[in-house]
Amino acid sequence: MDNLFILLLIPVVAACLLCVVKEPTRARWIALLTSLLTLAFSIPFLIGFVPDASMQFEQSWMWIETLRLQFHIGLDGISLPLVLLTNGLIPLIVLSSFGKRYSGVFYALVSFMQAGLLLVFLARDAFSFYVGWELALIPIYFICALWGEGDRIRVNLKFFVYTFLGSIFMLVALIYLYHQGVVKSLEWESLVSLNLSEDAQRWVFWAFFLAFAIKIPIFPFHTWQPDTYTQAPAGGTMLLAGIMLKMGVYGLLRWLLPIAPFAVLSYSHIILILCVIGIVYASIIAFKQQDAKRLVAYSSIAHVGLIAAGVFSWQVEGIQGAVLQMVNHGLSVVGIFFIIDLLQERTATRSLSAWGGFAKPMPRLATVFLIILMGAIGLPLTNGFIGEFLLLKGLFDYGVWYATFGGLTLILGAVYMLRFYQKTMLGHLQPDAKPMIDIKGHELLVLSIITFFTIFLGVWPKAILGLSEAAVVNLLNQIKF
Amino acid sequence: MSALIWLIPLIPLLGFIINGLTRNSVPKIVSGIVGSLAVLASFVLSTLAYLEVSAARDAGSVASFTVHVFDWFSVGSLRIALSFLLDPLSAIMLLIITGVGFLIHLYSCAYMAHDEGFGKFFAYLNLFIFFMTILVLGSNYLVMFIGWEGVGLCSYLLIGFWFKNSSYASAAKKAFIMNRIGDLGFLLALFFILEAFGSLEYAEVFAAASGMSVGAPVIVIITLLLFVAATGKSAQIPLFTWLPDAMAGPTPVSALIHAATMVTAGVYLVVRSNVLFLLAPLSMEIMAVVGVVTAFVAAFIALTQNDIKKVLAYSTVSQLGYMFLGLGVGAFTGAFFHVLTHAFFKALLFLGAGSVIHAVQDEQDMRKMGGLRKALPITFTTMLIGTIAISGIPPFAGFFSKDEILAHTFQHQPVFWVIGLITALFTAFYMFRLLFLTFFGKFRGTAEQQSHVHESPWLMTVPLIILAILSVVGGFINVPEALGGHHALQAFLAPVLEMGEVNHTVLELSHMAEYVLMGVSVLGALMMAVFAYTKYAKNVDVADDKKQESLLYRLSYSKLYVDELYATVIVRPLGKLSVFFFKYVDKMGIDGFVNGVGDFFIGSGKGIRQLQSGHVGFYIMMMVISVVAILLYGIFHS
Amino acid sequence: MENFLTQIQGVPLNHYIIFCSIIFAIGVTGVLIRRNVIIIMMSIELMLNSVNLLLAAFSAYRGDASGQVFVFFIMALAAAEVAVGLAIIVMVYRHTKSVDIESLSKLRW
Repeated sequence: MDNLFILLLIPVVAACLLCVVKEPTRARWIALLTSLLTLAFSIPFLIGFVPDASMQFEQSWMWIETLRLQFHIGLDGISLPLVLLTNGLIPLIVLSSFGKRYSGVFYALVSFMQAGLLLVFLARDAFSFYVGWELALIPIYFICALWGEGDRIRVNLKFFVYTFLGSIFMLVALIYLYHQGVVKSLEWESLVSLNLSEDAQRWVFWAFFLAFAIKIPIFPFHTWQPDTYTQAPAGGTMLLAGIMLKMGVYGLLRWLLPIAPFAVLSYSHIILILCVIGIVYASIIAFKQQDAKRLVAYSSIAHVGLIAAGVFSWQVEGIQGAVLQMVNHGLSVVGIFFIIDLLQERTATRSLSAWGGFAKPMPRLATVFLIILMGAIGLPLTNGFIGEFLLLKGLFDYGVWYATFGGLTLILGAVYMLRFYQKTMLGHLQPDAKPMIDIKGHELLVLSIITFFTIFLGVWPKAILGLSEAAVVNLLNQIKF
Repeated sequence: MSALIWLIPLIPLLGFIINGLTRNSVPKIVSGIVGSLAVLASFVLSTLAYLEVSAARDAGSVASFTVHVFDWFSVGSLRIALSFLLDPLSAIMLLIITGVGFLIHLYSCAYMAHDEGFGKFFAYLNLFIFFMTILVLGSNYLVMFIGWEGVGLCSYLLIGFWFKNSSYASAAKKAFIMNRIGDLGFLLALFFILEAFGSLEYAEVFAAASGMSVGAPVIVIITLLLFVAATGKSAQIPLFTWLPDAMAGPTPVSALIHAATMVTAGVYLVVRSNVLFLLAPLSMEIMAVVGVVTAFVAAFIALTQNDIKKVLAYSTVSQLGYMFLGLGVGAFTGAFFHVLTHAFFKALLFLGAGSVIHAVQDEQDMRKMGGLRKALPITFTTMLIGTIAISGIPPFAGFFSKDEILAHTFQHQPVFWVIGLITALFTAFYMFRLLFLTFFGKFRGTAEQQSHVHESPWLMTVPLIILAILSVVGGFINVPEALGGHHALQAFLAPVLEMGEVNHTVLELSHMAEYVLMGVSVLGALMMAVFAYTKYAKNVDVADDKKQESLLYRLSYSKLYVDELYATVIVRPLGKLSVFFFKYVDKMGIDGFVNGVGDFFIGSGKGIRQLQSGHVGFYIMMMVISVVAILLYGIFHS
Repeated sequence: MENFLTQIQGVPLNHYIIFCSIIFAIGVTGVLIRRNVIIIMMSIELMLNSVNLLLAAFSAYRGDASGQVFVFFIMALAAAEVAVGLAIIVMVYRHTKSVDIESLSKLRW
C-alpha cells in the first residue's frame, strides 16, 4: 500500500478511461470515484509518515540511462501537506462541477493534471520535476481554452506563453546545473551538494525565480493571473488558484532555497519588497472591482504575496506559515470561487452591482460564506489566522517594516472581503432578481467540507504544522551558513 | 472549580452551536431559553470562580490559577498554548460579562420577540459571550487576541443584524475595519513582545519586564502599539467614529457589546499589561492626553444629538475616554472601577432607552418623545437612577469611580482635571437633557404612537431593576478613605496591579483637598441638572434647537465633521487610488509592458517575413549576394 | 591517351578557369534575370557544365582520374534533375498555363 507510484498511476489510468466516456453523468461519477480512490490511497502515507526530516516512501527507476536521468519520487514533510491538499481538493473540484454537464474529456484533463501536480510535489529528480511542471500546464490550458468564456483564446495564449517562458529559463538553469556535477545528474541530493560559486548561484537564482515567480505569481509578474482566473471555467479557476500556484511556492522551497542559498540570502530583501508591494497593491486594486472573480483574483495575489514573503523571510515561522497557508489558501479560494460560480449560475452574472441581499433567501450559503471569508481574512480560530500570524512573525524577524506593511493585509483584506460580502449577501435583493434557491446537495457538501477544515485547522493547526516542522527545520539547518 | 473554568466559554459556545443549527426549526422560546441558560450557567460558574478567588485572596494568596487546555501550535522556539488564567482581574471581568450578559439575554427574549431572526440573534449573542470570556480568561496575549478579534466579528454580525438596510451593513463593516486597524497594532505588539521577552504568557512577560529599565524603547513601542489596539476596540480618538454608527444594531447589543463589555476590552488590555505601561511613562502620558481629549470631544458632540441612542453612544465614548485618562495618570484601579460601574449604569441606560424605543414603536428621535414618565414608570425610575449615577452624584455608583479618576488626575496634572471636570458637567447636562426630553413635557410623537405607549413586559423591566440596584450600590465596593472606606477593590486587585517593580501612583492628596474636588464636581453636576431642567423639562417646543445656528452648536451637531474628514482624506483617495492602480498601473503599465513584449515579437515577425516574398529569383539573388559576400570576406579577411 | 592529355595541357590552366568562370557567370545571370522556367533550367545546366569542364581540366593537369569520376556523377545527377525539373514545369504549366517563375510565389509565409 505504501507504493507512491500508484498515486500517479490512478489519475493517469482514470484520464485514459474518462477520455472515452461521452455521457456527462457517468463521466462525473467515474471522475469522482477515481479521485476519491486517489485520496483513499494517499491516506496510508499520512498514517505511515514518520514526522521527521527524512525522505520517505522513495522509489526510483533509471529513466534515460545514457544521461543518468531518473524517475525518482519520494515524500517528505513539505510535500506531504501539498499532496494531501491536491488529492483532497480534486474530489471537491469534481464534486463542485456536478451541476454542469461536462463531458468525460473535461474530467480526463483534470485527472491528467492531478498526475502532473503530484509528480511536481513528489519529484526527487529535477528532470522528473520539470516533466511534471510542464505536464500540469497542458491540461489546464485546454480546460481553460475549451470551457472558458469571453476572450479565452487570447487570454489563455498569454497565460501559456508567459508561464512557459518562465519554465524555459528554469530548463536552461537545470541544464547548466546538470553539467556542473562531477557525476552528471539531476538528482536533488547531487544538485544541493554542488557548491556553486556565488556568481553561478545568482544566475541560477534568477532563472529559477522567474519560473516560480510567474507561476505564483509575485508582483510584477502577475498580470496574466486576473484575466485567466476571470475567463476560465469555475473548475479551471479552482485548479489554478487552489493547487497550481502552490507549485511555484513549493518550487521555491524544494529547489531554489537549497540550490542557491547564497543568492537567496543576498536577494531576499529585493524579493521581499516586491512581495510586500504586491500585497498592498493587489489589495488596493481589489477594493473597487466589480467582477467578483477578478476581485478574488487580486485578493489571491495579495495572499500568495504574503506566502512568498514568508518563504523568503528565511525563518522557521515564515516557512512553516507558508506551508500551512498554502493549504489554507487552497481551501478558501476553492470555496470562494465555488460560491461565485453557484451564484453566477443562479443569476447569470458576476457583477457585484447586480448582486445583493442573498442572505435572506440563502441563509445556509450566508453562513458558510461568512466562515470561509473569515478564514480568508485570518480571524482567529479559523485556519487563516495561524498562517498569517506565522508568516508575519517570520517577516517581523526579518525586518519590522516588512511586517508592518505586510500586516496591512489584515486591514485591507477586511476592507475588500467585507465589501464583497456586503455587496453579495447583505442589503436588498435586486428588484428584478430571480428567486434564489439555497445551496443543497453537492453544493452544501462541498462547502461544508471546506468550512469544517477552515475551523478544524484553525483550532488544530498542528495537523499540518506537525507534519512539516522537522522538514522545515532541516531545510533551514541545511542551508544556513 | 478553577480547573473547570474552561467550561465558562465552552457553554456559551455550545449554546451558539445549538442555536445556530436549530435557529429555523424550533420555536423562539426554545432559542431564548437555550441562549439564556447557557449564559446563566456561565454566570454561575463565574460566581463560583469568583468565590474561589475571593477566598484565596482572603487567605492572603495572590489567587492566580492557570489552566492549561491544550497546546495550540508550536513552531521553532515559539510555543503557544491555549490556556486560561483565573485571577482577581479576570474573575471580576467574568462576573460583569456573564452577569450583565445574562440580564441582557433575558431582556432580549422580550425585546426581540417579534423579530424573525430571533434564533440567529441568540446564537450571535452566545458567540459573543464565548469570545468575550476567552478574551478575559486567556493566560497569554495570543489567546486574548482570539477573543479580541472574535468579539469584533460578533460586533460586526450584530451591528449588521438587520442587514437588509445597507447603511446598517456599512456601519457594521466600518466597525470591523476600524477595529482591524487596532488589531494590526495588537499583532505587531505581539511580535515585539515575543522578540523582547520570548514568550506571550503574561506571567513570563511581566516577570521578564520587571527587570527592564523605565522608558526602554522596546517597552514604549510595545505599549504604544497596545494602546493603538485599545483605541480601536475602545473607540478612542482617532478610531472612535465606528461606535456611534454601531447603534444600528439592536438595542440589547448596544447595551452589551457597545457599552458594558466589548468596548472596555481596551481598558482590560491596559490594566492587564500595567507592568509594561508603568515602564513607559511616555505611553502613559499619550494615553492620558488621548483619553481626556476623547472624553471632552465626545461629551461635546453628545450635547446636541437628538437620537437617543447616539447620545448614549457618544456618552460611552466619553466615559471610555475617562477610563483611559485614569489609566494614563496611573489610576489603574480607578479606571477598572469605572469599567465596572459604567457597565452597570450604561447597560441600564441603553436597556432603558430600548424600553422607550420599544414603547414608541422604534422611534429614536427624542424630539418626537416626551412625557413618557407616567406611561413608563419603571423605565423612568430606573433611567433616572442611571442618569444620576453617570452624572457623578453621590452616593450612586458613578460618583465613586469618577471621583477616584478625577482625584488622581488632579494630582497628576490639574489641566487634565479641569478638562475632565468640564466633561463631567457636559455629561450631567446631556444626560439630564435626554431624561427631560424623553420623560417630561408633552408627548410630541404621532397620535398612533401615543395610543400604543405601554410599559415593557417583566422580562425587560426585571433586568432594568437589577441594574438600577447595582448602579446604586455598585460604588460601595471601592469607597475612598476620605469617605471612610478602605479601597476594597484596590485591595482585591492588588496582586494583578502590583506585579511591577515600579510603584503605582499613590494618591497623596489630603482628605480636605479631596473633599473640595468632590464638592466642585458634585455641585457642578447638580447645577447642570437644574439648567437642563429649566431648558428642556417645561419647554415643549424643542424645535428651536435648530434655530441656534451658532458655530459651536453646528460643530457639535455635525459631530465635528470627523466622518467627512475621514471620507475626504482616506476613504475616497483610496478608492481613487484603487481605480488608478487598476486602470493605469496594472492594465496599462505592467500588463502593457508584458503585452508590449509579445507585440514586439509579433511586429518584428511581421517585418522580417516580408523577406519571404516567394519569388525564386529574389531568393537566388540573395543567395548569390551572400556567396559573394562570404567570398569577399574570406579574401579580405585573410 | 597521352596525346589527348597533352592536347588539353596545351591550353594554359588559367584559360580554362577564366572560360569556366565566364560560362558559370552567364548561367548565374541567366537564372537571376530570366523569368522563363525552361531558360532557368538551361542556365542551371550551363553552370553545372562549366563546373564539369573545370573538373575535367584540373583532372588532366594533375593526372588524377577522380576528377573525371565526379564529372560523370554530376552528369547523371543533372540528367535526373532535369527529368524531375521538367516534370514539375509541365505540372506548373498545366496549373497556371504559364512557365513564368513569378507565378510560383504561392509558398510565401
